[in-house]
Amino acid sequence: MSSDVSTMTEEQILEQIQAEVAANRVFLYMKGTPDAPACGFSMRVVQILDHLGTEYGARNILEDPRVRMVLSGWSDWPTIPQLFIDGKLVGGCDIVTELYQDGELQQLLPS
Amino acid sequence: MADLDEIRSMIEAALPGAQVEVQDHGGGDHLSAMVVAPQFEGMSRIDQHKAVYAAVQARIDDGQIHALALKTRAPEA
Repeated sequence: MSSDVSTMTEEQILEQIQAEVAANRVFLYMKGTPDAPACGFSMRVVQILDHLGTEYGARNILEDPRVRMVLSGWSDWPTIPQLFIDGKLVGGCDIVTELYQDGELQQLLPS
Repeated sequence: MADLDEIRSMIEAALPGAQVEVQDHGGGDHLSAMVVAPQFEGMSRIDQHKAVYAAVQARIDDGQIHALALKTRAPEA
């Protein structure tokens, strides 16, 4: 369902984001892709999720600058990456790393 | 240049009873803060961070704070 985002309005982008977050137990908004992260913070979260063998969806917010703007407006979090689990924003790189080190991320992730 | 005492009092005002430490990591606008607040009991880590950012939003908006690394938790039971 990756329609061409550049033709979409901001409302449609928001609906698409909400649908992605609802459709995936674990979803990561990042710069680049899991196979080719374009930023160290995004790569860090990808490494943690891959290390835990997590199944997750991902979206490259670099495809359209409005995606990040609409996402941050909705999630009330300014930076990328943003990791969602069961529809809730868990955090950016710092928080995900901290939760992973505390063993709390593993409890939030679907077993 | 952020005033560390002001930043600390802004956080304490927003989270009465919290234990707050603020440090400058260079340049006066790259700060870190450690906040232990009773209000954080049962709050997700990100909501704890959002509460602290909201408390100092004015200093973020006027550029006195460029980056604020946070360590937050509820007090030990």
